[in-house]
Amino acid sequence: MTRSHWWVHLLLLLASFIAVFPVLWIMMTSFKQRAEVFSTELHLIPQTFTWENYVHVLTRADGVFLRWMANSFLVALLTSLVALALSTTAAYALSRFKFAGKRAIHYGFFLTQMFPGALLIIPLYKIVNSLGLLNNYLGLILAYCTVAVPFCVMMLKNFFDTVPYELEEAARVDGLSHFGTFYRIVLPLSIPGVAVTAFYAFITAWNEFLIALTFMSDQTMYTLPIGLQQFVNQFNADWHYLSAGAIIVTLPVLVVFLIAQKYLVAGLTSGGTKG
Amino acid sequence: MATRSNWWIAYLFLAPVIVVMALLVFYPLLQGVIYSFTNMTQYNMGSKFAPASWEFIGLKHYIDLFSSMLQPESVFRDVIIQTLIWTFVNVFFHFTIGLILALLLNRNIRGRGIYRMVLVVPWAVPSFISAFSWTWMYNQSYGVFNILLAKLGFAPIPWLGDSFWAMVSVIIVNIWIGVPFMMITLLGGLQGIPQSLYEAARVDGATPWRQFWTITLPLLKPVAATATVLGVIWTFNMFNIIYLVTRGGPARSTQILVTYAYQEGFMNWNFGLAATYGVVILSFLLAFTLLYQRLLKENSNEGVYY
Repeated sequence: MTRSHWWVHLLLLLASFIAVFPVLWIMMTSFKQRAEVFSTELHLIPQTFTWENYVHVLTRADGVFLRWMANSFLVALLTSLVALALSTTAAYALSRFKFAGKRAIHYGFFLTQMFPGALLIIPLYKIVNSLGLLNNYLGLILAYCTVAVPFCVMMLKNFFDTVPYELEEAARVDGLSHFGTFYRIVLPLSIPGVAVTAFYAFITAWNEFLIALTFMSDQTMYTLPIGLQQFVNQFNADWHYLSAGAIIVTLPVLVVFLIAQKYLVAGLTSGGTKG
Repeated sequence: MATRSNWWIAYLFLAPVIVVMALLVFYPLLQGVIYSFTNMTQYNMGSKFAPASWEFIGLKHYIDLFSSMLQPESVFRDVIIQTLIWTFVNVFFHFTIGLILALLLNRNIRGRGIYRMVLVVPWAVPSFISAFSWTWMYNQSYGVFNILLAKLGFAPIPWLGDSFWAMVSVIIVNIWIGVPFMMITLLGGLQGIPQSLYEAARVDGATPWRQFWTITLPLLKPVAATATVLGVIWTFNMFNIIYLVTRGGPARSTQILVTYAYQEGFMNWNFGLAATYGVVILSFLLAFTLLYQRLLKENSNEGVYY
């Protein structure tokens, strides 16, 4: 059974190479000097290694990169907090209770996966506009909740499903209310699941492009995806700076993602199957 | 615990989400559908300074779009065909490559955990960063692909400058992004198949190929079905990659329904027509999932608690 299948390793190594190459290439570009970036010589490893691109991006006189980062962070954090606050009890109800209309509600959540941004964005734009929340963090957070809330409900339901029911029965016998059982027993036991859900909601908001592009008009209000895109347009030649910016944005997310991925996958797939 | 006596608690627990979803998702959705019957634009939508002056025009957008499909020059038809190609090619490769990698990772090999982690990287990178990295690699003069081609003595490829190559380019990026999710999901499915089935099959003298067709594939079907539906929905609605890598160009050749709807809405400010595109997209996806569910009906079994 455990013969060393050299071709298995060969295929997996090839796939691994393809998987990491674009990230590796950007990382190498971020340490290169301008002249080396714009040359037709092929050097994976920088000939002269420099931190200068990072220093430039982080200390640009207008501080705009850090501002975008702060914007992204604030919006993503608040989105995941609001979405979690709203969705935990709902997910619990879907996981534990039997009631009329449950199927319909389930299907409603699954359906939201299908809603094209293109259809929702115009009415949302109009609503946010009439509330005077265009170019405002709150407008963006409201719009992100349309995606994050149903998603969190589905993920959390799946995690709550794995908490043994006997524990709750015991708590109920001891006189805890329904909400007490949920709050004191089920929620603490599902902390890893809640954390993973929050993280994924955070990432979704962190990566969102379409709505931020449409809602935020001042450069100081941009989130990172829009901001970096401006970099590409404005300073078409500055790929070395851009690469440094890209690596700063990617690394923290990448690390947490790789740690959380196992739980993430479990939540995502069963959320879909049970719809 | 009682089944019926506590239904109202369930509704109480669900109330906040239902209210928020009704206000933020279903109400706007309904509005979107209504706008598709209007001639609303940025200028007549109504604002602090000017009252709304858009009008209902009934099915005009729908009739215009669908009747244009018969004409030789139809943007709508081109965009639909491109969307279908985009979705089909992407999901096909996501599935095949994902399945091959999952089968390899499911074997008892050294370094399995490390391979798995490395192969997930494309999923973990924010999509706008992936789009950016690939755009740089596709660069005509300084991109790594063309430099490599030149070194090997081939002519450079106009990756993003040519209609055909632009479509190939964005599809490659999206395949790269989408394989990990499919791989991980299918791997989960593979690990759920009891080993005893394979042992029994080996005793009966079944070849690995036959085991794959009679055990692995049928038992993988429920997981594969879910992953494929999600894959189709996500790919069909994928905006970021196309917008960031090619902006639908050159000359509309990589526009799909979502990117084109966005262009109609927020570059031409034609909200009514953009909403019509939105309704078309939603109808496509609904029809697809309903059909798919019908086909897989026998596999559905919902977990009911108490």
